[in-house]
Amino acid sequence: MSARATRATSFGALLLARTWRDPRSRVASVVLALVALAALLAPLLTPYDPAAQLDIVRLRSLAPSLAHPFGTDPYSRDVLTRVLFGARVSLSIAFAAVALSISFGILVGVVAGYVGGMVDVVLMRLVDAALAIPRLLLIIAVVALWGSLSVASLTVLIAGVGWFTVSRLVRAETLVVRDRDYVVAARALGTSPWRHVLPNVVGPGIVNATLAVGNVILLEAGLSYLGIGVRPPTASWGSIIQDGAERVSDLWWLTVFPGLAIVVTVFACNALGDALRDALDPRQLPLSASEDLVHRP
Amino acid sequence: MTEPLLELDDLRTYFYTDTGVARAVDGVSFHVNAGETVGVVGESGCGKSVTALSILRLVRPPGRIERGSAIRFEGKDLMALDERAMQQVRGNRIAMVFQEPMTALNPVFTIGDQIAEVARIHAGMSRRDAWAKAVEMLTLVGMPAAEQRAGEYPHQLSGGMRQRVVIAMALVMNPALVIADEPTTALDVTIQAQILELLADLTRRLGTSVLLITHDLGVVAENCQRVIVMYAGEVVEEATTATLFADAHHPYTEGLLGAMPRVGSDAERLATIPGTVPPPTAWPPGCRFHDRCPYAWDRCAREHPPLYQLGGGHVSRCHLAEEPEHRAHPHPPLAAELGVA
Repeated sequence: MSARATRATSFGALLLARTWRDPRSRVASVVLALVALAALLAPLLTPYDPAAQLDIVRLRSLAPSLAHPFGTDPYSRDVLTRVLFGARVSLSIAFAAVALSISFGILVGVVAGYVGGMVDVVLMRLVDAALAIPRLLLIIAVVALWGSLSVASLTVLIAGVGWFTVSRLVRAETLVVRDRDYVVAARALGTSPWRHVLPNVVGPGIVNATLAVGNVILLEAGLSYLGIGVRPPTASWGSIIQDGAERVSDLWWLTVFPGLAIVVTVFACNALGDALRDALDPRQLPLSASEDLVHRP
Repeated sequence: MTEPLLELDDLRTYFYTDTGVARAVDGVSFHVNAGETVGVVGESGCGKSVTALSILRLVRPPGRIERGSAIRFEGKDLMALDERAMQQVRGNRIAMVFQEPMTALNPVFTIGDQIAEVARIHAGMSRRDAWAKAVEMLTLVGMPAAEQRAGEYPHQLSGGMRQRVVIAMALVMNPALVIADEPTTALDVTIQAQILELLADLTRRLGTSVLLITHDLGVVAENCQRVIVMYAGEVVEEATTATLFADAHHPYTEGLLGAMPRVGSDAERLATIPGTVPPPTAWPPGCRFHDRCPYAWDRCAREHPPLYQLGGGHVSRCHLAEEPEHRAHPHPPLAAELGVA
């Protein structure tokens, strides 16, 4: 057995392998990769500027055509261009907010679960209180207090109200893991128990993260639609829909195309999250069941 | 007489639970000499494992080691050490081998990593040196193809191999004392003997003392010089292995010996001790074993027996030491009569 083959059987690698075997996750990964690629290559895919008004007289509110596949909006901007560049904004808000909130949620969860006692009580009661208030309301309250928000502060805000559930999940997992023998063994051998707890409790956090990306895309779209998210003229999927919100009946392309982008991306995120969750399902553990037979010399 | 390596004096570890104070370890005193292998036996729930965790001060809330408990090791009072100094003792001077090799290893790290970590932390070795040390330790515990195996994850190894890894981790720093908590209970019978032999061989070669916690008197007979019998959070009998097997004094020890399967025995069924270990929140008054004891008389329900000296280091917590005539009249114990057997 080569060292390389041995390395490939780490817990994470097995998890990935098992996730990948699920057809849902393959389709979802391809879709997400295409969306991300389109966002990255936006300037190469379209000749227009997302904020540029091409010709306010002759090119406004045009239905989809060869020159403008997604049509144009009432300000004569190319909708395809705005959807592509909007993907950059929507996706980066989603990924950054989720990365932030998951990291923070994991941190709080592990500390509450491992340290226990008063620290646990205080942290979890705070989380309980926060969970009792609808997320949207929290955000609207903050926006009302601070006025308009930059994309960066919007991201931090979404992250700030998104870590509660993760911290609960991770805390529950930590309570289980902290009394496992290998954590007691790590303490008995004088090594750091944190190093042994952390990698074993991030699983639920990661699944939650994958599902949360979809939710945050929806949340951002909702906020922008309500006019308290991404500010015009910056394009995000939500703000494009907002541009066409009042004229859905005649300018349908303003809502349908960004809407489709949202649906497809969120669907893919959820499918990937489901596949990942199934792969982590304890009923399928130990992860080694079949893989082990193959790899054991 | 030289000072013992480890000495427990009136160790009391209580758990403050919603249902009351569980006195899991309730005034345990014993010692382990350098190079000696001492067995601790008793049923589940009599405080063996909590004693082991207490020695390393690993008892978590709601558990607490009570004031007045003394744990002396290599001339130091472990109870007086701060957490940092205690870290220096754990894994370095005292190491522990756990019962379940399936769960005592972290599934997300390679076994080489886990052994190397101990060397890096306690000996300050570089990653490369620590890895070499890990491979050396794996070879020492008889792991075939140690170099490649070091890069494997616990789930790729069999139970016996995993327990070898756990032993390797415990011995990295060449500790003065290894506490082995039921090290073979989770293994196949054929593997058990191999692992015990390995542990005995290595600790003999390294001059390590071993505190062997087990409920298997067969294991004690083969490995230990001295035995401590625990019941209901207390030491009830202590003797050399030879004395204990030939001349057990405490009725509980007698019961344990009677419950041991023997080749060539005529008995159709194994003897059992009626009843179970009472819950640690409510130890019975008087002798804690009296309701399961076939010799118990009125004094036993009333008066908590001290440890009686029987000579030659043999001690027993039983009033029979003063009134041996009661041994002549065995009767069904209270627990059997009440039908809780």
